[in-house]
Amino acid sequence: MCTYITEKIAIEGSAKGASGWIKVTDGSVYLDHPVHAPFGHTLNIDFLAPELGPSGRVAVELHQDSARALVKAIQAVLDAAPADLE
Amino acid sequence: MSDALLAETIRITGHNGDEIEAYSARALDESPRGGVVVIHHLPGYDPQTKEIARNFAYHGYNAVVPNLYWREAPGASPDDAAATARANGGVPDERLVGDVAGAMAYLKGLSNSNGKVATIGYCSGGRQSFLAAVSLDLDAAVDCYGAFVVGEVPEGMPLKVGPIVDKTPNLSCPLLGLFGEEDAYPSPAQVTELEEALQAAGKTYEFHSYPNAGHAFFSVNRPSYRVEAANDGWEKIFTFYAKYLSA
Repeated sequence: MCTYITEKIAIEGSAKGASGWIKVTDGSVYLDHPVHAPFGHTLNIDFLAPELGPSGRVAVELHQDSARALVKAIQAVLDAAPADLE
Repeated sequence: MSDALLAETIRITGHNGDEIEAYSARALDESPRGGVVVIHHLPGYDPQTKEIARNFAYHGYNAVVPNLYWREAPGASPDDAAATARANGGVPDERLVGDVAGAMAYLKGLSNSNGKVATIGYCSGGRQSFLAAVSLDLDAAVDCYGAFVVGEVPEGMPLKVGPIVDKTPNLSCPLLGLFGEEDAYPSPAQVTELEEALQAAGKTYEFHSYPNAGHAFFSVNRPSYRVEAANDGWEKIFTFYAKYLSA
């Protein structure tokens, strides 16, 4: 099915896409059909630079187990980092 | 009789008079034939959908795929365009109908048109094929596992569409429905509900639900592909169009 389940967030950072590095300001996290990954549904993350139009996008499509592992890894790294790092 | 065909990107006039991109695959032989509007799935106006259009041309029909995401993402790659349209909640129903009407006008204007036009759609396009058939004067329509013809969109989903089964009395043409028994959207119960609505309205329809197949069983580049269901489905489609699109 086309789930359209989506969480949108504002972000600050950069991402590297087909045209090189871009400043990204928005993120979309959703569970839906992938374009490339060989699964029925994947956890997809779009890092977006809306001012560049639809092509201002760096995308990943992850198996749901991989996405959960990624969440834990991100949380673990952030928790381990000194609190006062900028 | 020539089997030559021409496939190319064109512009058609869609909803609200907007010029949109479309992909045309048509037979060059001048003997009259029907046309098919191919409505792409959520992942967009992609190479696989264009291949479906060429397959119809190979089988003697004129086919056209309107790029339903053209307005949000002109010139973007299909996956970027789909991500943008998806984030916006999908294609508004009114705009879809207008774009299909424009595609119909293109097909009917071809010199080898016999004046008959059908739709076919996959996934979100399955619902849109049904939507077109209850909104426009078509000769046949095929709904391949379209979700939310029946049933409300679950809460929390930003999809901006609702069920349209109540429009069944307006269906303008015979309907072929192809579904997977393992699909959850539409579920077998929802397929049954649509079938009951068609019966109640006295409409001509033909439904086939395939065992061991779920959603998107026609998608040759995805793990959901089921060769037996897809091959039989294609046969059903061509038999259906031979019956209703011939002069």
